[in-house]
Amino acid sequence: MVERAGIMTYGAYIPKFRIKIAEIARVWGANAEDIIGGLGVFEKSVPDLDEDTATIAVEAARHALSRRYLEPSEIGAVYVGSESHPYAVKPTACTVGEAIGATPEMTAADYEFACKAGTAGIQTCMGLVMSNIVRYGIAIGSDVAQGAPGDALEYTAAAGGAAFVIGREDPIALIRDTCSFTTDTPDFWRRNGEEYPRHGGRFTGEPGYFRHIQGAALMMLERTGTTAKDYDYAVFHQPNAKFPRRIAQMLGFSKEQIEPGLVVPYLGNTYSGSSMIGLAATLDIAKPKDRIFVASFGSGAGSDAFDIEVTDAIESGVFKRDAAPKVRDLLKDPVYLDYALYARHKGKIVMQG
Amino acid sequence: MSVARFWRKIPQRYNLIGTKCDNCGRYFFPPRTFCPVCRRNGRILEHQFKGTGKVVTYTVIRAASEQFEHFTPYVLAIIQLDEGPRLTAQVACPPDKAEIGMRVKKVFRRIGTDGSSGVIHYGTKFVPE
Ligand SMILES: [Zn+2]
Repeated sequence: MVERAGIMTYGAYIPKFRIKIAEIARVWGANAEDIIGGLGVFEKSVPDLDEDTATIAVEAARHALSRRYLEPSEIGAVYVGSESHPYAVKPTACTVGEAIGATPEMTAADYEFACKAGTAGIQTCMGLVMSNIVRYGIAIGSDVAQGAPGDALEYTAAAGGAAFVIGREDPIALIRDTCSFTTDTPDFWRRNGEEYPRHGGRFTGEPGYFRHIQGAALMMLERTGTTAKDYDYAVFHQPNAKFPRRIAQMLGFSKEQIEPGLVVPYLGNTYSGSSMIGLAATLDIAKPKDRIFVASFGSGAGSDAFDIEVTDAIESGVFKRDAAPKVRDLLKDPVYLDYALYARHKGKIVMQG
Repeated sequence: MSVARFWRKIPQRYNLIGTKCDNCGRYFFPPRTFCPVCRRNGRILEHQFKGTGKVVTYTVIRAASEQFEHFTPYVLAIIQLDEGPRLTAQVACPPDKAEIGMRVKKVFRRIGTDGSSGVIHYGTKFVPE
């Protein structure tokens, strides 16, 4: 029998600032009700002036490690998935490794695969852990998402991240299986040296999001001989609230199954953080034996599916779920910004110059 | 600050690594390699500070040098760590929310950047607990 890898602990981080979608619509003279109704998103998170992908990744990783004591030097791999790494060349993962005390005996790399680079990091850690190359690996999805001023993406591009420590000894959730569906699809991209990404407009949904998540999800259900009813919860990539609701329905998952992990209405799209924060929010309320279906999505394009089963360890003494803030706590008591302050937080005034 | 000088201080800046004298129980931040009280009887060990403490006093910086002007106005405080040592650090909160005696905890933030193409300096700031 192959010994499976699992989630040892997890943590999330969301900056405390928000801007209401109605405020962005006001500035661009757009109809706020139409936009909010179309996206199902009411507000989105904004980083503080001194926060970026690296600081968010570090806070998420530290939250994970405050829930469970794991010898930092035993973390042998650090992967940070993002499309907004602070440097073009110089890994965010090294900064994270140093800040959690895992350096120098570790491997590290930054991943890029639009919004699914973090779940690709989970798969890499699973491989390293299951082949006994490392004891623990940490995979993080973190972004300060970019959308050009006035572009449709600006209404949802948000900031946040989540970290998952993967290991084999007494995990709080077993990753029973993972599989992926990937093709070369130009639905969303950002060329080297460009400030903001571009996208194929209305084109992106069908051949991108829906085709790839469906591809990975159906493959997973077939491999595991399960149907939507065998799962307690499901988490999908959430660029808005409409897409995950529709893909859930297409695959036979109910509103109740996706509810705990659907964080986008008051968070926005945190790109690489999106499905991972959704999984963190689901683990925040999960009980032993709960089964969780996860499918991420990254433009370009691909989807990673996971079949996860929560273990008794989540309620045992080794794991302290309350030792770090839950996703719903991180969404509480935000500080609202108007568009002028928002632009300053995002550095937009400087960038436009 | 030079890249090399910042790099050497990464353990202090990222993780509040200081020292402790095992003989008298005093803590030092920035780290000392010699206990001024015990002198030759001192036994210096590395210590990672918990990162919690309180604001002893603070000032609001409204005009800063080029490296920090992006952050103004910001709160610069003297913080007493729970283990004893004091340090100067930014408290990431609105200036009207800062108070003497306020409990704070460490966070990982950008400290500054050397222009748009230079090194990004990361380190420890504080937020209300
Ligand atoms: Zn001493």
